[in-house]
Amino acid sequence: MGPDGAARTPPARPPALDAELRLSRGGFSLDVALEAAQGEILALLGPNGAGKSSVLRALAGLAPLTGGHVRVDGRDETTTPVERRPIGMVFQDYLLFEHMSALDNVAFGPRCQGATRAAARERAAGLLAHMGLSDHAGARPRNLSGGQAQRVALARALAVRPRLLLLDEPMAALDASTRIDVRGRLRRLLEEFDGATVLVTHDPLDAMVLADRIAVVEDGRVVQQGPPAEVARRPRTPYVARLVGLNLFRGRAEGTTVLLGPRGDADGARVEVGGAHRGEVLVAFPPRAVALYPRHPHGSPRNVWRLTVDGVERFGDQVRVHLAGQLSLAADVSPAALAELGLEQGSEVWAGVKAAEVECYPG
Amino acid sequence: MTAGGPGADRDTRRGRDRPPRVRSGRPPWILVLPALAGAAFLVLPFAGLLIRAPWSTMGERVTEPEVLAALWLSLSTATAATLVSLLLGVPLAWLLARTDFPGRRVLRAVVTVPLVIPPVVGGVALLLVLGRNGLLGRYLDTWFGITIPFTPAAVVLAQVFVAMPFLVISVEGALRGADRRYEEAAATLGASRATVFTRVTLPMVLPGIGAGAVLCWARALGEFGATITFAGNFPGTTQTMPLAVYMAMQRDPEAAIVLSLVLLLVSLAVLATLRERWVNT
Repeated sequence: MGPDGAARTPPARPPALDAELRLSRGGFSLDVALEAAQGEILALLGPNGAGKSSVLRALAGLAPLTGGHVRVDGRDETTTPVERRPIGMVFQDYLLFEHMSALDNVAFGPRCQGATRAAARERAAGLLAHMGLSDHAGARPRNLSGGQAQRVALARALAVRPRLLLLDEPMAALDASTRIDVRGRLRRLLEEFDGATVLVTHDPLDAMVLADRIAVVEDGRVVQQGPPAEVARRPRTPYVARLVGLNLFRGRAEGTTVLLGPRGDADGARVEVGGAHRGEVLVAFPPRAVALYPRHPHGSPRNVWRLTVDGVERFGDQVRVHLAGQLSLAADVSPAALAELGLEQGSEVWAGVKAAEVECYPG
Repeated sequence: MTAGGPGADRDTRRGRDRPPRVRSGRPPWILVLPALAGAAFLVLPFAGLLIRAPWSTMGERVTEPEVLAALWLSLSTATAATLVSLLLGVPLAWLLARTDFPGRRVLRAVVTVPLVIPPVVGGVALLLVLGRNGLLGRYLDTWFGITIPFTPAAVVLAQVFVAMPFLVISVEGALRGADRRYEEAAATLGASRATVFTRVTLPMVLPGIGAGAVLCWARALGEFGATITFAGNFPGTTQTMPLAVYMAMQRDPEAAIVLSLVLLLVSLAVLATLRERWVNT
């Protein structure tokens, strides 16, 4: 799987996907390098308009590149026309052909690849059976539920035996009540695919559950890449920190002390961290690690700041308190604690975080 | 429900179950008066036709051989013209809507010219190109012995000339309105552009093609100016219904009324049947 695996087999097996994509459209420019191993599921996570879908369209050949390359299983596909690329794509809204049954939708690809009608339908029927959709083979797309339509779309994409599977916001068309089931099922189906999978989502939960690795795309660039747990624990940009629900600051470490800033709203504040570091670092801690006090707390080596309440909102069974001052951070407290402290907009309060709760990593 | 029958059903609907409705004042007369005048202007001529029709002799007049010949010629040429227009016009619309080539905008403008020029000008132009001494007609005549003017084929060509733009415009609009992502989806599944067109695009724009064909057929059925100029006015071979109506008007107005009624009835019947299937309004 990893670099060790590649080193052990002398003629190193090329990555399933090796792409460098550069394109510009109006004022927007995209410059992204992606790599994925056989069987790996890579999620592109990012805000709307970050260029995630452009990446997918460029990989599929639907959007022209201004530079870079696309290699699938080591073969250069940069200039291959869409219909001859070894790809399968699941579109947002699935785009099943309305005038065909589910079976004919899935059989469409094999037919285009030259299979006989009987062979194409047999392959389609097999895929639909595997996805638990045999009963719906004759159904028109509009009579399928969201989850069923998603599986038909996946079957249709897999029917062409792609080496690279692309999924554009596969969960966006589903209502919240069915998401958990559908997401789990999709994960199992994707795990069986032996090529590389690239999926695009703006939902961190989808990315965490579905992907082996996450690449965060912001403004046409990959700003962070890594396994979901790593991204969730050590975000590198404010956007990612917000997605995974962490307070994030940038600063310079001297031993176990981090001086926040120089830019941003945390100028001059100090954070004590568990281990020793040196140089540019990022520090992150979850809102639930923040304790609030009416007066300066005594004892224990804590980070303590005097801050002002900037806003209060419900957050699950907790209350999220937004604090501003020397630094801006969010704290989660119980409604009872909030009532006891008597906090409201503009109240002054002491916020404390244990050094051991603060994650510190090179920036 | 079964015990109460339809009467009971109607009563509940008319009774207190009717939902309260907000009254939106009376429509202003400044709009209503012109609207009524416009409607009357469009309807009254047909009423005149119905009132002045010689109903007592209608049966024998309608079955006269000249009437039947003209009717048959009109229906067959209009249908042939529609088929030719479909065969040439749909690919032309696709070219205009889906490809980009130098001169595409000019071509689009040229294609729509027959919509705005008087049909008789079209007839003259056709004659200059395909007439016996025309630019192309000369060679058709000397090399193949084919003469087009003053034949039923000329009727069809004249109709195609004036009617095909309606089809092209309508289909092009449908193509531009269709969701191109479906075509992209088909391409990612390995479909060539030709396959995408036949298996995905065509089914998607079928209603637009249907609407265009109906427009095209109706326009071909009513074609007069280009036909009489290019194909002439020979009963049995090139005299279509509109021409027959015009000729009858000169000598026997009652016959003209009968022919007009027949034409009106046929058009309405065909449009009504097709409208339900193709044109959503």
